[in-house]
Amino acid sequence: MDFFTIVQIFDSGLRLAIPLLFACLAGLFSERAGIFDIGLEGKILVSAFFAAAVAAMTGSVWLGLLAGVAGSLAFSAVHGMASITFQGNQLISGVALNFLASGLTVLVGEAWFALGGRTPSLFGKGRFTNIDLPFSITKADAEAAGLPLSKMIEQANPVQQIYSELISGHTILVYVGLLLVPLSWFVLYRTRFGLRLRAVGENPAAVDTAGISVIGLRYSAMAIAGILCGLAGVYLATGLGAGFVKEMSAGRGFIALAALIFAKWKPVPALGATFLFGLLEAIANRYQSIDLGGFVVPVQFMQALPYILTVVILAGFVGKAVGPKAGGVPYVKER
Amino acid sequence: MEKMPKWADVALIPFLNLLIAFVLSGLVILAIGENPIKALQMMITGALGSTYGWGYTLYYATNFIFTGLAVSIAFKAAMFNIGGEGQAMIGGLGVALVCLYIPFPHWSVAILFAMIGGAVFGAAWAAIPAYLQAKRGSHVVITTIMFNFIAASLLNYMLVNILRPKGEMNPQTAAFPDATHLPTLHEMLAPFGIAFSKSAPVNVSLFIALAACVVVYLLIWRSRLGYEIRSFGHSQEASVYAGISPVKITMIAMLLSGGLSGMMSINNTMGEAERLVLNSVEGAGFIGIAVALMGRNHPFGVLLAALLFGFLYQGGSELSLWTKIPRELVIVIQGLVILFTGALDNMVRKPVERVFIAAAKRRAS
Repeated sequence: MDFFTIVQIFDSGLRLAIPLLFACLAGLFSERAGIFDIGLEGKILVSAFFAAAVAAMTGSVWLGLLAGVAGSLAFSAVHGMASITFQGNQLISGVALNFLASGLTVLVGEAWFALGGRTPSLFGKGRFTNIDLPFSITKADAEAAGLPLSKMIEQANPVQQIYSELISGHTILVYVGLLLVPLSWFVLYRTRFGLRLRAVGENPAAVDTAGISVIGLRYSAMAIAGILCGLAGVYLATGLGAGFVKEMSAGRGFIALAALIFAKWKPVPALGATFLFGLLEAIANRYQSIDLGGFVVPVQFMQALPYILTVVILAGFVGKAVGPKAGGVPYVKER
Repeated sequence: MEKMPKWADVALIPFLNLLIAFVLSGLVILAIGENPIKALQMMITGALGSTYGWGYTLYYATNFIFTGLAVSIAFKAAMFNIGGEGQAMIGGLGVALVCLYIPFPHWSVAILFAMIGGAVFGAAWAAIPAYLQAKRGSHVVITTIMFNFIAASLLNYMLVNILRPKGEMNPQTAAFPDATHLPTLHEMLAPFGIAFSKSAPVNVSLFIALAACVVVYLLIWRSRLGYEIRSFGHSQEASVYAGISPVKITMIAMLLSGGLSGMMSINNTMGEAERLVLNSVEGAGFIGIAVALMGRNHPFGVLLAALLFGFLYQGGSELSLWTKIPRELVIVIQGLVILFTGALDNMVRKPVERVFIAAAKRRAS
C-alpha cells in the first residue's frame, strides 16, 4: 500500500463519515436534552428522499436541501410530540418513525416517479458540486496536462497529495459538517442555552424549578436534531450520491447512534468516532478481504465492526459509556 | 380513585388507536392518487378470498405470532427487544444446521429438533445483550439493534463462505433432505377431503405457533416465574425487595424472547424455503413489535394482531401485483400502528379518560 492509496482511503473515509457526523451531532443534541432518538435512521431517509425528489423536479439542489431538512423536521416534530407532549415511549416512537420513513419514501417515490422507489438521477445544479480550494490540483489542471486527475495528484508531493485529495475537492456540506463540530461544542459548553440543554437531560426538575421551560428546551433540541439529520440525508442523496435509492440510509442512523455512544455524547470525540466508522466503511469498500499474514479478515467482519465496537464500548470493558441521566424519561411536571 | 372502566382500557382505546392508524393509512393511499376503499376490497379478496390467499395469510401470521410473543415476553419484563430480526436470522441458522446435518427418519422428529435448534440459537443471540443489560447495565435496546446488524453480517458470511454448496451462485444452503419436509395445510387437509391450495406455504408450524400462545399464557399468567417476570416489569425496586433476582429475570425473559424469535424459523426456513436463504426473515422480527403493541402483550391479543398483519402482508403483496401501490404500504401501516398504539397512546387515552371521569362525576352529583 503506497502513500497515495492511504490518502485516497482517508478521503473516501471522510466523505462517508460526513452523513454519520451530521446524524451523530443530531443525536447528540437530542440525547443531551434527555430524548432518546433511535429515529435518526428514518429522518436521514426522509430527508434524502425529499432532497433528491425536489432537486430532481426543480433542478435546484438548494431547494432540495430545504425540502430534505423540512421532511426531517416534520419527523422530529412527531417524535417531539410523542415523547414530550404525550409522554410516550421514546424508543417506540423512534422505531415507528423508522418504519414510516422506510415505507413512505418508497410509496411516495413510486407515485411521483414510478421508478421502483428511486428518484431520477441528479446532475448539474441538482447536485452539490465539489469545491476546489486555492492552490490544489484541480480537474482543469489535469486536463491541461492530459492526465486523469488521480494520476496527476499521485505525482505531486505528499503535502500536495493530502491537500488536493483529502482536504480540497469536497462539497460545501462536508466543510459545513466539519465546522459544526466546534460550533456544537461552543453552543453546548459556552452558551447559556447549551448549559440549560445539558441540564435538562440530566435533571429536568432542577431546570423547571429555575423557571425555565423543560418543554421548550426539549422541543428546540428536537428542532436542531431535525435540521442536522436533514443535512445528513441531503448530503447522502445530493453530495455522496446522485439521487435517492430505496433504503439508501442503509443503517447509517444506527451507526451514528453507535458513534454517539462511542464518543460518550461529546461533539469533538463524535468527529473522531464518525471518522473512524467512515474509514472502516471505506476500507471495507476498497478491499473485499484483508490478509493479515495468513489470516484473512472477511469483508462481512469489516461491515459488522462498528456494531461490534459499540457493543464492546457499551459493555464498559473499554471505558464506560454513561448517557445523560434523564435520557428516555418523559418529564411530568409536579402539580 | 377515578379511572376508566376496564373495557375502555382493554378494547376502546386500542380500537381508537388502530382506527386513527388505519384512517391515516387510507389518507396516504388517497394522497398517492389511489382509492383506499378499492384497495381494501382488493386486499380482502387477495388475502381472504381463496384458500391460496388464506394459505399465505396464515403463513405470515405464523411468523408474526412467534415474533409478537417474543417481543411481548420481553415487554412484560419491561425490556424492549428490538433484536427479534437478528434472533430469527440466527435461529434460521440453527434450524438449517439441524436439518442439514442430522439424518432424520421422519418430519415429526425433525421438527422437534429443529425447534430446539432454532430456539437455542435465537436464545444464544439474545443472551449477550441480556447479559450485558443484567450485569453491566448496557441498554438492551441499543445492543439488540447492534446485534441485528452483526447477525446479518454473520449470516452473510456463513452463507457465502461456509454453507453454500459448490457450484451454487446464490448465498444459500443446499436444500434440506426430503425427510424434513413439513406437511402443508394442503397435505394435512387432503385426507379429510377438504381442498386447500397446494401452492400456499402454510404448514404444521401454524399449530406450533398456536400452542406457543397457550404456553406463553400459562407461563406468564399462571406460573411463579411468570409472576416474577410481571412484577419485575411493573416495578424493579419492589420486586427486588420481594427477593426476585433482577439478573435472573432479565436473563430468562430475554432468553425466552430470543428463543421464540429463533423458533419462527421452523416456519419460514424449514416449512417454506426448505433451505436457508439470505433474507428469510423479511422483517418479521420488526413486525413482532407492532404485533406485540397492538395485542397489548397478551397472547390472545398477539394472535389477533398477527392474523391482522398476516392479512395486511398478503393483501399488500396482492395489491402491489394489481395496482401501482407498492408492498411498502404495509411498512407504512406498521409504522402508524406502532406510533399510535405505542408512542402516542396518551393522545387518545387522556381525552377518553377525561370523558369517562366527567361522566362519572355527573352521575354522582
